[in-house]
Amino acid sequence: MSQLAIKSLSKSYKAFKVFEGLDLTADAGEIVVIFGGSGTGKTILLRLIAGVEEPTSGVIEIGGHDVADIAPEHRGVGMAFQNFALFPHMSAAENIATPLRAAGAAEDMVQSGVARVAKLLKIDHVLNHAPRELSNGQKQRTALARALAASPQILLLDDPLRNVDAKLRFEMRLELPRLLRQSGATVLYVTQDYKEAMALADRIAVLANGRFVQTAPPEDIYMRPATLGVARLFGDPSINTADTVIASDADGAHVMIGGRRLPIAPAHAARAGRAIILGVRPEAVELTEGDGLEAEVVAVTPLNERVVLLLQTPGGWEFLASFPATARVPEAGARVRTRFSEAGTHLFDRDTGERLDG
Amino acid sequence: MDHTSTLEKVLRGVLITLVLVFFLFPIAWIFLMSLQTNETILRIPPSVVFTPIIDNYTALITGQLRTAAGSLQLNFMQNMFNSVLLSVCSVALSLLLGVPAAYAFARFKFRLGEDIAFTLLSFRFAPALLVLLPLSLYFKSMGLTNTYIGLIWVYQLICLPLILWIVRGYFEDISPDIEHAYRIAGNSWWKTFTRISIPLAKPGIAAAGLLAFIFAWNNFIFALILASADKQPVTVGALAFVTASGIQYGQIAAAIIISITPTLALALYAQRYLVEGLSMGAVKG
Repeated sequence: MSQLAIKSLSKSYKAFKVFEGLDLTADAGEIVVIFGGSGTGKTILLRLIAGVEEPTSGVIEIGGHDVADIAPEHRGVGMAFQNFALFPHMSAAENIATPLRAAGAAEDMVQSGVARVAKLLKIDHVLNHAPRELSNGQKQRTALARALAASPQILLLDDPLRNVDAKLRFEMRLELPRLLRQSGATVLYVTQDYKEAMALADRIAVLANGRFVQTAPPEDIYMRPATLGVARLFGDPSINTADTVIASDADGAHVMIGGRRLPIAPAHAARAGRAIILGVRPEAVELTEGDGLEAEVVAVTPLNERVVLLLQTPGGWEFLASFPATARVPEAGARVRTRFSEAGTHLFDRDTGERLDG
Repeated sequence: MDHTSTLEKVLRGVLITLVLVFFLFPIAWIFLMSLQTNETILRIPPSVVFTPIIDNYTALITGQLRTAAGSLQLNFMQNMFNSVLLSVCSVALSLLLGVPAAYAFARFKFRLGEDIAFTLLSFRFAPALLVLLPLSLYFKSMGLTNTYIGLIWVYQLICLPLILWIVRGYFEDISPDIEHAYRIAGNSWWKTFTRISIPLAKPGIAAAGLLAFIFAWNNFIFALILASADKQPVTVGALAFVTASGIQYGQIAAAIIISITPTLALALYAQRYLVEGLSMGAVKG
């Protein structure tokens, strides 16, 4: 039985529909990342689950029970807010102790509980500080500690790394999975950083246009994006696209790209004539000595541990190729031949953006 | 901060002195007057050299005013008691009603909410005289004339809008997420209101309460019309010093000194709440 289940959940404010008909389940101990751009209603979804806002329609079940009539304080969830939402008139220790005290724990249990999570999150040295005396990173850890303190069955984390600096975000991205596993809680984690989503998730639910476009493990989201939108959201640099049309002749199904023929899976032959968008991951572009798409190297840009090439075909199509920083790459102005690995090449319907499987 | 030059320091000192003299001189002058007889106050040419007397204060406290025309009964201490009672009770009632109402207006959007809030504020637009005629008629037929309850009720016209609108602003500045966090941590909405919302709005509540107290204390016209001598506050009671044998400047000065003492003390006490910062760094930005 799933620990958390959302069934055809909808939320709208007057005429404005935030989302409609959301379905999602999470098993005990599972980390589900809700991924989506700003304004897609990720935070609102967490608020509905926490019970501080009411859904327009739909059902939320926690541990198999409909929680519609259960007040937020009785839902047994922990939540960390994007803006931390610490209680400014209490010390860090009192902030963390809040859920334990509310549960009626004895004083020594409260103290040991606070000490335990504080040590886990490495904030035991600032427990006596007021929130205003904490750095952003410490505030964020305090907020996280408060959410974890009472060992809730369900942990709702609303983009907790949004307001901390890049270095700390990187550290926390490494630290969080272990922390969350240790807590044993079912975690719903909201973020709009795809790397964070990939690093943390057992499953990612991509929220766009008021619905879950795809709910799948991180590898699937990346390797088999359900729509062009999802493909664009995951990956840096973003996926290359080209408008083209499926064609089929005696030599099999293919598309024309940059004036050259690119064979595609035979199953696509049935879709001949369909207008599509070809998506090619920059990592899927390979340089080849043999036959391949001609292109000129326009620019070479190092990007973190990768090096990115901007290429242009004689027909004028510009696309990016990404290689490990250690790879030998041609210089700007060089003429190269390229081909695309099958795993990183995707076909999407031009009208609906839906993935077309071969 | 060693960037300030000597000139700046001197200028700053001079300006501060000017401001202090401007605001404190009247108080000092009144205080000096309160220690003199009418004769020394009115002598020509005026002089700051005099023998201080405390007769004015004893007259106020004992209630015996001796003038050239004879002895006169004063109930200044009764007026003083009335002022304290009316102001304290009015502000207390206003806080009791106004703070929850301010919270409701700040947090919940309900039908006619803005209209109700504005209507309450509009009570302060109308000149007091405008509402006094109908009020005095109503009070007569309801038997509220010359009662403390009636006056405290009317004082809500002064205190309630002030408290409602000031405190509302403070509640609006508290991030709802802080309240949500406390509820999710396992606390009821009532506990959240009393442990989170009210403590965080405390500077605002103190400021609004103090202002309301001062406005209530200084009110003159409501008590003048709706109450008779035994229920009237010091503002109205001071009229008694305008006697047949002249204006008793010394006693008026002493009465002023006594009557500003409570508000002054309260303001000094509440000062630390007034300057206390609002956003205490809980929410980013």
